[in-house]
Parts: sequence; C-alpha cells; structure tokens
Amino acid sequence: MQTRKYDITNIILSVCGLATFFLIWHLSISLGLISERTMAKPGEVVSTFIAKLSEVQPDGDTIQNHFLTSFQLSLYGFIAAIVIGTPLGLLMGWYKAIEYFANPIFEIVRPIPPIAWIPIIILLLGIGMPAKAFIIFVSAFVPCVINSYVGVKLTNPVLINVAKTFGASNWHIFKTICIPSAIPMVFAGFRISLGAAWSTLVAAELLASTSGLGYMIQMGRTLIRPDIIIVGMLTIGFTGALMAFVLNRFESKIAPWRAKK
Amino acid sequence: MADKIRIKNLCKTFVEKSGETKVLDNISLDVKENEFLVLLGPGQCGKTVLLNILAGLDTPTSGTINYIKGNENGKEDIKEMKMGEIGMVFQKYALFPWKTVIENVEMSQKLKGIDKEQRRKSARNYIKLVGLENFEDSYPKQLSGGMKQRVGIARAYASESDILLMDEPFGALDAQTRYQMGEEILKMWRKDKRTVIFVTNNIEEAIYLGDRIILLSGCPATVKAEYIPKLERPRDYMALEFLQLRKEIADNTDLAL
Repeated sequence: MQTRKYDITNIILSVCGLATFFLIWHLSISLGLISERTMAKPGEVVSTFIAKLSEVQPDGDTIQNHFLTSFQLSLYGFIAAIVIGTPLGLLMGWYKAIEYFANPIFEIVRPIPPIAWIPIIILLLGIGMPAKAFIIFVSAFVPCVINSYVGVKLTNPVLINVAKTFGASNWHIFKTICIPSAIPMVFAGFRISLGAAWSTLVAAELLASTSGLGYMIQMGRTLIRPDIIIVGMLTIGFTGALMAFVLNRFESKIAPWRAKK
Repeated sequence: MADKIRIKNLCKTFVEKSGETKVLDNISLDVKENEFLVLLGPGQCGKTVLLNILAGLDTPTSGTINYIKGNENGKEDIKEMKMGEIGMVFQKYALFPWKTVIENVEMSQKLKGIDKEQRRKSARNYIKLVGLENFEDSYPKQLSGGMKQRVGIARAYASESDILLMDEPFGALDAQTRYQMGEEILKMWRKDKRTVIFVTNNIEEAIYLGDRIILLSGCPATVKAEYIPKLERPRDYMALEFLQLRKEIADNTDLAL
C-alpha cells in the first residue's frame, strides 16, 4: 500500500512539472514577455498539430509523412549502428588482438562530431536518403561501440574465474559470462545512441531534403511560423521519449534479473 | 587415510614494475582424502593465491602439486589436474546475477555437455542438500547473503569434483549467520564426503570446522604449524579444550597488518 501511495504522489508531481512548464510558456507570451511573432502559445501548437494531421500546406506534407520520413531514416541509421557497433565493441572488449587492431582507428574517429561528416558525405553519397542515414549511423555507432567495449571490460573477474574452474573455454566465457554481464552497459549505450540519432536527424535533414521533421522545422523558420517549428520539435521530443521507453521495456524483457523485486 | 593432494616447495612471486612481492614461500603440505582441511592465516597472506594455484587459476613460480586420483594395489595414480575438475566456493558469493539459483548450480554440468534432464536432477539434489529447494527459480539478488553462499556451495558440489576449495566463504556474512553456516557445511560434508580445503582468518571457525588446521605465517606465507583438534563434533565453542586450543593458536598467529 505504501509504495502505491508513493506512486500516485510521484505521478502527481510529474504532471505538475509538465503543467508548470506549459503555464510559464503560455504566460510569457500572453504577458508580452516574448513577442507572439517569434513564439507560439502551447494552445496554438496543439491546434497546428491537429491541423497538420490533414493539412499539407505550408510546408509541403502532413505531419505523419514528415514523421515517417524521419523515423525511417533514424531507425535505419540506429539499427545499422547497433548491428555493427555492438558486436564490434563486445569483441574489442574481450579479444586483445581485435582491441589493438581497432582501437586506434576508433579513437581517431570518436572525437569527430557527426555534423563534421556532412560535407564529405555529401560529396560521396549526394544528398539522398543514404547520405542522411549514414550521418545518423555515424552518430549512433560511437556510443554503441564504447558501451559494449566498456561493458565487457567491466566484467567481474571473479565470475570469469568461476567459469574457468568449470573448465569453460575462452569463447564460452565471452559468450556466457561477458556478454550477459555487459547487457546493462550495452543498453545504456543504445539509449545514448538513440538520443544521438535523433539529435543528428535534424542536422541531416537541414542538409537538403523535401520532407522530414527537420525539413518541416526549417520551413517553419523560413515562413516565420514558430508554431510549425515547435510542433516539429515536440514531435521529435515525444518520439524520442517513447522510443527510450520501448527500449527499457525490451531490456527488462531480455534481462529479467535486473527487474526490481 | 590416503593422500589426495601433495604440495611440494610451492613458491609464488609477483613481479611488478615497483618490485617483486613474494607471497608464498616454500609451502609443502599433504591433503588427505575426504578430510576437512583448514588453512588459517592472517589478513593478506596469500591464502587466496594458494587456492587459486590449486584451482589452476594461477601458476606457481616454482614447486609442484600432485593430485592423486586413485590408489590401486598400492600404486598411486598421479595425474595433472585439468580445469573443471575442482569445485570452488568464492569469497563474495560470485553467483551469476543473470541466472536463477538452479541455472547457477547446473552451470558446470552444462559446460560439460550433460543433457538438461540429468543436470537438472542433479542440481535439484544439491539445492536440496543446502536447503534451498523453494528458491530454485529465484535470482541471486532476491536472496540473503547466507542463502547466496549456500547456492555457491551447491554450485561447487554440483561440479562433481572430489576436491572442494572454499575461499573464506563466510567472510562476508554476519556473525550469527556465520555460526549457522559453519554447522550447515559440516552437515553437508558428512552427507556427501569430499576433500575440502577451507580458507579462513577466523580462529574459532578453523577450530570448529577442521579435521586439521594448517597455520600460515604472514607475508610471504609459510607453513607455521599444524593443529589437530581432538574434539568431538559438533564442537562446543565454550569447551575448555576449545578455548585452550584457541589461545594456543592465537598466541602463535602473526598479526595481520
């Protein structure tokens, strides 16, 4: 009963937090602190959102289509990053040879901000879908590799010893000890990757595109329509939060031992 | 009783940039079959290193270890110990947090390729031996310290090896649980006899448990003395002989730094 009561209190607090945020936003415009020409009220944002569900103008497409374009793009980049980055990181963490081979390259690539890749990628791949997906891939790839690598490195050496006393082979230890114990770190990496993928999305779509949430935001700026800009921003925000939630669910599914009692 | 393990002139020196550290100095001792041998020593005196060498997790700088696997017609069958033939109970439980109790216990048999039905049956047996039959599907984090170490003991037993190494298994438990586990481990050992090498820094625990107590000196560890408690089991912590032996060992123990 006690915990349930706390749950309700927590929910009320969260709702109050959001309400305060929207209230301050609304008041700062209606009291004239911010010009209505440069900022939209929350109510207007909601009505623009609803209108954009069916309205193509003024930015060329409905919100669903913009969303789908962006979602698809970031998902491709994100999934490619997971599929390639995670195994690479895990192997780097366990096999010294792979670590020495790959680490120097990785250390150089790592500090380059994803946006700095844009010019060279335009030259190489043009401005189409593959170019944008690749930029997202680059930004999501780095945290996937780092976290998987560190996750394996942080495996409790005593657990490795336990497996050794059972006569486990090197590959077995990697597979049955290091990978499961790296899972929390790997998933933390996925969450960082997801954030990076979404934040690079807008940059990638600012490149040159004819649809997508980043494009919609860009059009909003050109047309001086703050409501459209904010609809785009909030859609990115909500989708990111939702994807993080799905990721958490997925984690507790494949790692039930981490679930709270 | 026949010898099970013969350790001769074992030395271990760790070489680091800052210099050499000798942790084991010329250790020789025999372990008898099915005896409960206690290695007693102060703080950081290399007991864990000695166990790790016995388990094959570390290599000695010099010296030999012989495992006597059998004894037929007075002819000893001395063999190299392979990994996977020794059961070990670790200091801080060392359970796999992502595996349930039964999955932890059956792990060694799973790695040996024993089929599921058979290894489950054997795992259940050992879980019952340690009294955790209602917790087979619990995860380690749902168990108390004492219960976790019971799983650790069941897991070592389930490796089916006739030598069990126990590295301060009760060190992380509270005093009350520690006494209780001491009693329990003797009960298990009586039901299912194996050669046990039990490491501790607790004199009372050593006297309560051991068929024989090997007292090690401080760093580097050498064999300092051997005691054979002539006391009926279950031993009484307050018996005069118990207290006398306790004082004798305490007076002979190096201070842990």
